[in-house]
Formats: sequence, structure tokens, C-alpha cells
Amino acid sequence: MIRIFKWGYLSLILALIYLPIAVLIVNSFNAAKYGNKWGGFSLQWYQKLFNNDALIEAALNSLTVSIVAASVATVIGTLAAVALHRYDFKGKGLLSSMVFVAMLTPEIVMAIALLIVFITLGISLGFVSLVIAHITFCLPFVIIAVYSRIKDFDMRMLSAAKDLGANELRTFWEVILPLILPAVLSGWLLSFTLSLDDVIVSAFVTGPSYEILPLKVYSMVKVGVSPEVNAISTLLLGISLVLVVVSQLLIKKDH
Amino acid sequence: MKVNSGYFRFFAIGLASVWLALFVFFPNLLVVITSLLTRDPSATVSLPFNLNSYWRTLDVLYLDVLWNSIKMAALATISCLLIGFPFAMAIVSLPKRWQTIALFFMIVPFWTNSLVRTYAIQFILGNQGIINKSLLALGLIDTPLQLLYTPFAVILGLCYILIPFMVLPLYSALEKLDPRLHFAARDLGASAFHRFIKITLPLTSPGIVAGCLMVLLPAMGMFYISDLLGGAKNLLLGNVIKTQFLNTRDWPFGSAFSVMLMMLLGVMLWLYYRASRFTNKQGGIHDSNF
Amino acid sequence: MTSPRPLLSLQGLSKTFGSSRVLNQFDMTIYDGEFFTLLGPSGCGKTTILNMIAGLETSDTGSILLDGQDITGIPAEQRPVNTVFQSYALFPHMTVFDNVAFGLRMAKVAKAEIPARVREALEMVKLNHLADRKPAQLSGGQQQRVAIARAVVNRPKLLLLDESLSALDYKLRQQMQIELKRLQRQLGITFIYVTHDQEEALSMSDRVVVMNNGRVQQLGSPREIYENPANLFVARFIGEINQLRGEVVSVESDHTYEVKVEGLQWQLQANHNFTPGTKVHVLLRPEDLRITYIDEDHKDQFLTGTVVERSYKGSTLDSLIRLESGIELTTSEFFNEDDPSFDYRPNQKVAVNWVPGWEVVLPVLQEDDQ
Repeated sequence: MIRIFKWGYLSLILALIYLPIAVLIVNSFNAAKYGNKWGGFSLQWYQKLFNNDALIEAALNSLTVSIVAASVATVIGTLAAVALHRYDFKGKGLLSSMVFVAMLTPEIVMAIALLIVFITLGISLGFVSLVIAHITFCLPFVIIAVYSRIKDFDMRMLSAAKDLGANELRTFWEVILPLILPAVLSGWLLSFTLSLDDVIVSAFVTGPSYEILPLKVYSMVKVGVSPEVNAISTLLLGISLVLVVVSQLLIKKDH
Repeated sequence: MKVNSGYFRFFAIGLASVWLALFVFFPNLLVVITSLLTRDPSATVSLPFNLNSYWRTLDVLYLDVLWNSIKMAALATISCLLIGFPFAMAIVSLPKRWQTIALFFMIVPFWTNSLVRTYAIQFILGNQGIINKSLLALGLIDTPLQLLYTPFAVILGLCYILIPFMVLPLYSALEKLDPRLHFAARDLGASAFHRFIKITLPLTSPGIVAGCLMVLLPAMGMFYISDLLGGAKNLLLGNVIKTQFLNTRDWPFGSAFSVMLMMLLGVMLWLYYRASRFTNKQGGIHDSNF
Repeated sequence: MTSPRPLLSLQGLSKTFGSSRVLNQFDMTIYDGEFFTLLGPSGCGKTTILNMIAGLETSDTGSILLDGQDITGIPAEQRPVNTVFQSYALFPHMTVFDNVAFGLRMAKVAKAEIPARVREALEMVKLNHLADRKPAQLSGGQQQRVAIARAVVNRPKLLLLDESLSALDYKLRQQMQIELKRLQRQLGITFIYVTHDQEEALSMSDRVVVMNNGRVQQLGSPREIYENPANLFVARFIGEINQLRGEVVSVESDHTYEVKVEGLQWQLQANHNFTPGTKVHVLLRPEDLRITYIDEDHKDQFLTGTVVERSYKGSTLDSLIRLESGIELTTSEFFNEDDPSFDYRPNQKVAVNWVPGWEVVLPVLQEDDQ
């Protein structure tokens, strides 16, 4: 009895979570524009999408920002996590509380804070400001992901590497990195997703010269129904899924 | 084990420190400073320092928006908790392999842009949407219900977008709960209800506070959800801040709201630490104590 | 035997963590080729010393000399010293071969030379057939051997072993003790072994230093330490011991005293100089005590007591005897099935004495009453 209830509840919530996605995917193949009735299977929205250069460009811009931001955040975050775990230094407490604050700061607060900084420092709003902002909100997640993996390490293993003649850099490269690789990969993936998903911070720190997909979509859906949005969202979901599956396979192989 | 170790160490610490100082610490400092400055049409902000922006937040018009915003965010948080807690408990009760799979399935939809998903909800709630159409077809209603552009729609949207941030901390708190505690309580004659009230709830309280923290604060800022689902009437704090920054260009005023949001974060963090000190266990905001 | 050559010299090492002093002015000389053991309870500072020798921890004061050369400031990766870590610390992502080859690669040994050197090291621990396995696929004992091979492949001047056998089960531990001893002879390397297990220390070492609270309690051969503990801590830490109080009555000759114990007078041997009236501890190992039937004629030569418990331990038969004064003694006798004299029952009155000269007599110090 409890079993049935449990599985029922789990499936119900999961079904509700998937419902909007399903509506989206179905409508991307729906010939009818308003999506409230089935007008037959059609790829016309995909066709329209590929002719919509502005939308394609925004999507490519988004991918560029996300890949660059996720990669830089992963490098800085991985090094920071290793440093936080391995070394004692002045200001360590301050650094870790800044990571904590950065992770918990509501996006809207971070958005205006970064906007003020960019204006103050004279950084023009566009690609650079977007990338900096995205790195900033991804960084704490990478640090936490990697740190929580390192902290399960047997610290003696790192002593052993040192004892056998490896300096810090080689210890990192030959022992730490191979072992934290799954966490590094998932940190990258999480950053990539967060970056691709972001609306709030981007809305503040981008400029008119550089349009990215979420903002483009935002302005499109505000004025009315645009089925191309369904099409591009379906495509992006597909890309994300492929990325996740590939990375999971890589992690599995690694073990 | 910590011995002086040269360039690598310097580089590793330096990079993150400089980044966080420049793009986390410094910006937040600037927000506080800006909130204390005066609006200036020619140069965005100017001296002198004053508290005018904070006084202005107490204006009836804004107080109303603020109150509304807190109410909707709080309702969304409570709904997330009520939906999420049984969900997390159900996941924890599964075999280990299935737990991972269930969590994975919960997270997959969140790889689609949240804006796009909000837009999909618009589709579902509309007058011609799935819900109204089904209800009409079943003959339960005669005219479509007004679901879209209501506080309900905003709360539903917030809930939908933010539920993983509630479930994950709850899951990690529940997962750490030693099942033997339940056996012991059962052995001592506690009913299922008592076991939940006396064991599960207190011991997962850091996770509950963490989950609420990770839903409530972002919820107040999600301007696009109220834009798409709430229409012009049901504004969130995020809409106010956005308008002040991008339209009215009253930076001190917008910053003042933002500082208040950070103070709320401070209060919630204090609650979190009290909860985790009480159970002597970390709940889930970060399981890693640096 | 030629006179031993000093290899490692530790001079005045001190270390304080916060408010607790882990190590206090520690001096020690370790000779070339010996098997040296640091023995003590956890927190006595033994692992700290090991880490300082390895270069993994720094000392607040003092210096470390290896082969006459000051290595205090040299980082771990440049010291000709290797460690077998507690719980092995093998690299889980590398094969056995790669684990062992790690040190050689770091030392920039010619690529062509590496396989032969690795094979040689694995041969020594009889693991050549498992070279391609990952550590997770090995048993505890095999992992232990890999850790040893990895540590000796660079031919260090000193091999440090940190509680290296503590993770193994009893039988394997016994086996590895013998093997470690064999390896040490074969390699001719100086071993410094850290343990809290007195049995391990006694069975493998050439010399043992017993430590407590960052200080040396006694330094000597295993036999010296067992038979002539320098103080009450060492006596209690190394094996089981019975403890009686006594008072010196008179000095008979050098190191021979008339001592009053449990109301009777005994002639005892001691390495200390006592004057009449001095309070002393009289310490007796369980296996040195003898139990007999009460003989009314020689009552003044025996302690009398009641058998409280008898327990059969396989090779020995242990008894707990309560003396008339209330003090309890543990005795341990080799089991002999044919000897009826072993047949004591609980509650039976018995007499206890010991072979003269096997006792240890120590002065009573203030800190003993803790």
C-alpha cells in the first residue's frame, strides 16, 4: 500500500516536471501555430529557425559564452578547490566565505553588483562583461563540486607523491587531477548549464551589440507566440542530453 | 602536511582570490555604497551620502509591492517544501541505484532554459491551454478559468523552476539520517507520526532551512516569471530592481532593495547555522567545510 | 661486528600544535642498517617524528642530519628517504606497475631502465604477476607489499614505516613481520618503524624507543625494555604486569635489598640505589609468578590469596588471584595436560611466589599516582 503510494507520488511529480518540456517538444513538431490543437506533424518551425539568422546567431553567441565561461570557471575553480584543501594561508577563511557568499547571493543582487562594477571599471557591456559575469556565478559551484571530491581523498596519498619525489605541480598533474577528473567534468557541465540557462544576470550585463539566446527568446515571447523558440529549445535540450550522456560515459570509463 | 611549496600554490590561491575579490567582494561593496548615494540624472549617482533610498522603500506604493513579493515568494517556498519533502523521502527510500536515477530524472528538465520552460507553462495555463481545455471537455466548467496572469500562476512558476533547489538539500539531509534511529524509535514504541515529528524533522532541519534559503531568495528576484505569468499586477522584487536599474535609472533606490535582500540572506544564514549547530550536522547548502 | 656508523641524527626537535606540545627536545641517533622502532600510544609524537624525517612536517626547533648532512630545510621530494604509509596511500588510478614506477619517473630515471627496476622491486615482494592490476583489485596484504615496493624502488638511505601493518589481520601481520625483517636484511636499508603495538616492536626491532607525551621513556633492545623497564609507564605499556607496593627495609649489598611487600620480607634485586625506608613498586610479569598449594610450614615465603578466575588461553592457563590485602594479581602458566597441580578451582586458597631476581623494582614517583 505504502509502496504504491510512494511510487505513485514519485511518478506524479516527475510527470508534472516533464509536462511543460513535453508540451514544448510536441509543439516544435506541431504544424498549428498556437499549439492548442494538433495541426499535424511538421518540421516547418525548424526550417524557419534555420532561416532566422538573428536567432541562430544568438544561439551561437550563447554557446560561445557558456563554453568559455564554463571552461575558465572550471580551471580557476579546480585550482581554488585544491588550494583550499591542501594549503594553509592567510585569508583562507575569507576566501572560503566569499565562495559561500557568491554561491548564495540571489542572482538579481549579483546582476546589479556586476553591472555597477563594469560601469565603474569602464568594461564595455557585451561579450567580455557576459563572460566575466558568468564565470563569477559558476565559480563557486565548481569549487564546491571539486572540493567535496578532494576532501574524501586519503591525504597520505598526496604525501606519498611528495615523498616519492613529485613537486606540487607534478602531484597535481599526475595524482590529484586524474582522481578529481569526474568532479571537474561535472563542475564544467554544471557551469555550462547554469550559464546557458541564465536570464537574470545576463539581462543586466549584456549590451545591444551582443545578443544571447535567453534574452532573444525573452523579447520574442514577450510579444507573442513564436514556435521557433520551441524548435531551438528542443535542439538545445538534445545537445545538453548528449553532453551529459557522453560525460557520464567518460566518468564511468575512468573508473 | 602543509609545507611551503612555491609557484603552483601561489598561482592556485592567487587566481581565485583576485577573481572573487574583484567580482564578488568589490561589487557587493559598491552596491552598499551606491545605495547610500544620491541619484543624479547626468552621472547616475553622486554625493552626498544619505539614507533617502532606504526611507523611500517604505513608501506605501513600494511597501505594497514588497509585501506582495515576499508573500508570493514565501508561498512558493512553502509549496516547494510541502511537495519536495515527501518527494525527497520517497527518493531516499529507494535502493541506492534507483536514487541516482530518480535524481537524474528530476534534473534533466532543468537543462532546458528556465525561461523557455516558463513560456511552456504559459501555454499550459492559458485560456486555450491544456488545463482549461481538459476541464471544459470534462464538463467541469463552462467558461475557461483565468489561471494565467494571477498570483497563482507566478507561485506555480516559481515552484516549478526552483523545486530542485529544495529537493537536493532535503535529499542530502535525509540521506545522512541513520536508519537505525528509526529502528530504535520503533523498538521504543514510537508511531510513524511520532518518528517523523521527533526524529526526521529535527534532524533534517538544517536541510529544510538550506532548501528554503535556496528557494526564497532567488524567488524574489525572478522577474521574468512574473513578467510572463503574472502580467503587470503581480510583481516581484526583481521587477522593481530591474526597473530602477534599466528603465528609471535610479541606482541608489535599486541598490537599497538589493541590500535589503542581502540582509534577508543574512537572517536566513543565521537561522541555518542555528539549525545545524542544533543537530551538529551540515544539511546541504554546502557539505564541505573548508 | 664493526662499530655501527651513525646514519641519522635528530637534534633537539620540538613541535607545538596550538597549546599542546607534541614533541619536546627530541634527540636520537639511528645507525646504518638497523631496524629501529618508535613505540608509544597514539598522540605520543612518534608519527610527527617520522613526518619530520620524511620532510612532510617541519619542526619548530632542532635539526635533522642524514649521513652528516643537514637536511632540515630540504623538502620531502628531494630527500633520499621514502615512506610506507599507514593504509598504504597507493594511487588508485594507477596500476601496480605505475605505482612502483612513480618514484623512478619523478627521479628522471632513464625510460629504458624503469621496467627492469620495477620488476626487481616487485620481485622482492613477490608480486610480479600482479603488475597490471589496480590497487582496488588487490588484497590488503598485497597492497601492503606494493606500498613497500614503491617505497624501496628508489633505493632510499632510510625507509620509514608508519603503522604499516596495523590494517592487516592478526595472522597476516605475523607473516608480514617476518617478511619485513627478511626484506630489511636483503636490502641492507635502515628501517624506522612506528607502531603502537608492543608485540610488533619487540619481534622485529634491533632497538626500540618507547615514547610518551613527546618524550623518550626508554631506549634499548627489545629484551632490555621488556625485562628492565626504566619506569612505570614502560612497564605497563610493554605487556601485562602486576604491580605491588613495597618499602625498603635494609640494603644487603649493591643492588640487593631487603624489601617488605604485602607484610612479608623479600630479598629483591634492583638497578636503582635505595636507602632504607624508600617506597618502591615491585613489578612482576604474569608468566613469572608461580601458584602452589598452601604449605603451612613455609607460610612466610609465599603470598596467599584466593583464586577468583581461571581462564584457558590455549597455550597458557591464566588465573586471577585476589590477595588478602585485596590486590589482584594475574598469573600465566604454560599449560600442561598431565600436571594435576594445575587443577585449582575458583575460591580455592593458594600460595603465590616468583623466581627471585625476575622482579623489577622501581622508585615511587609523584606522577605515578594518576
